[in-house]
Amino acid sequence: MDFTFTEDQLLFQDSVRDFLVNEITPERIRASWESESGRDSALWSQLAELGLTGMTVPEAYGGLGMSELDFVLLAQECGYVALPEPLVHSALVAVPLLVDIGGELADQWLPKVATGEAKVVVGLEQNLLVEDAHVADLLLLQQGDSLVAATADAVSLIHNESVDPSRKLFAVSVAGEAVVVANGDQAQSLIQSSLDRGALGAAAQALGLAQRMIDLSVQYTSDRKQFGQAIGAFQAVKHHMANVAVCLEYAKAPVHRAAYSIACKESVASHAVSQAKLNACEAANLAAKNCIQVHGAMGYTWEVDLHIYMKKAWAMANSWGDAGFHKTRVANHIFTDGAALGAGATFA
Amino acid sequence: MDLSYTDEQQAFREEVRSWLEANAPAQALQSFDTELGFEQHREWEATLNKGRWGMVTWPEALGGRGCDLIEWLIFEEEYYKAGAPLRVNQNGIFLLGPTLMEYGTEEQKARILPKMANGEEVWAQGWSEPNAGSDMAAIRSTAKLEGDKYIINGQKTWSTRAVWADWCFGMFRTDPDSERHRGLTFILVPLDSPGITVRPIPQLDGLPGFAEIFFDNVEVSVDNRLGDEGAGWSVAMATAGFERGLMLRSPARFQETARRLVELYKENRESAETDPAVKEAVMRAYMDAESYCLTTYQTACRLNKGGKIGAESSTNKIFWSELDQNMHATAMSILGARAELLPHAPNAKGVGNWLDGWLFSQSGPIYAGTNEVQRNIIAERMLGMPRK
Repeated sequence: MDFTFTEDQLLFQDSVRDFLVNEITPERIRASWESESGRDSALWSQLAELGLTGMTVPEAYGGLGMSELDFVLLAQECGYVALPEPLVHSALVAVPLLVDIGGELADQWLPKVATGEAKVVVGLEQNLLVEDAHVADLLLLQQGDSLVAATADAVSLIHNESVDPSRKLFAVSVAGEAVVVANGDQAQSLIQSSLDRGALGAAAQALGLAQRMIDLSVQYTSDRKQFGQAIGAFQAVKHHMANVAVCLEYAKAPVHRAAYSIACKESVASHAVSQAKLNACEAANLAAKNCIQVHGAMGYTWEVDLHIYMKKAWAMANSWGDAGFHKTRVANHIFTDGAALGAGATFA
Repeated sequence: MDLSYTDEQQAFREEVRSWLEANAPAQALQSFDTELGFEQHREWEATLNKGRWGMVTWPEALGGRGCDLIEWLIFEEEYYKAGAPLRVNQNGIFLLGPTLMEYGTEEQKARILPKMANGEEVWAQGWSEPNAGSDMAAIRSTAKLEGDKYIINGQKTWSTRAVWADWCFGMFRTDPDSERHRGLTFILVPLDSPGITVRPIPQLDGLPGFAEIFFDNVEVSVDNRLGDEGAGWSVAMATAGFERGLMLRSPARFQETARRLVELYKENRESAETDPAVKEAVMRAYMDAESYCLTTYQTACRLNKGGKIGAESSTNKIFWSELDQNMHATAMSILGARAELLPHAPNAKGVGNWLDGWLFSQSGPIYAGTNEVQRNIIAERMLGMPRK
């Protein structure tokens, strides 16, 4: 029993955090809102140079061959800075799906993903729309009971604006040639595991987003003075923040357990992921609610940075399975006769 | 990361399980807040101690097994699964014991720990006073050193288990000119000392689970001082640390309550489903107990590897106390009109012991530092928000 990350995993997290916090500033995110694609290819190249785009790509394809467990801490850091680029999407969903599909498609695309040369995105019906379809070179799309692969030139896109200006969402239809990569049960199982990995990515980012909103709010309430003192000294304000801290603290281990479950193909993976997603998104939603409150009117403005993280948190809550979807999965687990519950069942 | 138990851990679990199967009382004991129940629980402590299961984390020389925190969690899981009795001497073995090992003299350890271990001496706490509740640094009970004795005067209150306990431990002001955290001394007091009056306080369930203790020129040998004179606050803070908190309320307890709640829901599905909020609350109970377990294991593993515990441990008490309250509130909702009935009432079919648990859960957010105080600590020490 060792529920800790290795020194290497923690060191890598530290260095990625340093890089992201320095590079992905709120100013840079605001600038990206002004650009047409909202995406920054120079930044993508930097991420590739750091090995991040190839992190989960098997070594045989020129990647680092790391697992979901290795990536989960990095996904938290991507959340902390509200990284607009589809790194979590690529590393946690698209790459493992390509690996599972295998064959020519994997041979053709994985090496390019590793170097940052190509971007691959996944579109599941659970998500309604496909994120970052406009910068994708290859799209893996659920179509009913099938999974198809289509290159950028074979799809037509209709942009749907999100409340979060960083999110670029598209209705995708296949206009040209698409290759069916899986059908029936095989497709279902690939879709399921993609959804689980997507939910894990959203949960991990939600943890980072919640932490960022806490940090911004602690700073703001320490600086802002009313009634002759910093407003953060008032208990009513402190308790708003303490409630977020408690909620976040108990959401972390479930997310790490979910990452482990997926990486080690534990049979509990699906409901472990659903619990992680529910816990983490609840923490991020509570952070959004309480942090805007302690910011007062400033929190309701476009000008203060809080909304960059708040809006992404809201979006995460309903991406890769909304709360209803994930609650149903947890309920199905616990209300099934003979389910292993109670003391000693967690790691049994 | 490896979330499977080692062969040794599995074997340990088996050993705990089979010992409990053979030795745990078949019939539930009376409440330890009754005179008979108290003695039954004291005997159970002796039985546990004979099997060296009383304090598995204590060193072997003191009758323990030198277990690490993961083995402790495994022990607790089996203990709660077996439905074994609550620990009447928890103030002693989980709170004072570890503090004695850290701050006690060799003479004190040899004199006190074995009798604590076998239940011969049961311990009560003596922290709060009428004007020192959440604000513990406002303690006014005094201890004056005269020769080799302290003369103690004053009053303690909310002393859990004090009605039938043999000793109490607590803080007293030894420097009359001192204020707040300074000038306090940690002293152990035999409750049969002349000058002590114990007045039972009935709890919500009507049983005297705690008491007031009045001290009228009570003489206590200086040998019963724990740590230096005036160092009481830092000794007491050691008692309040994370590991102690973990030992008091390990996840197994709440996971078993959550499991029973799922059962209760299934047994009463038809009536339970009339309130759509109930199903979600049951699910929430399961998930929160699971989160508490996962988080505790993660922290325990980090500590086992030499990690340090930080201010985030203050979140622990808020989380489990509110979880416990929510779970029991949900059970009350499921039981509906039966919820208010005492278990022996003629129409109280299927109510189990949920009412007892519901009453007790009301105390969780209050004792061991109210949750409001915990939230202040989290905001200031964990998040770094301004004190003033």
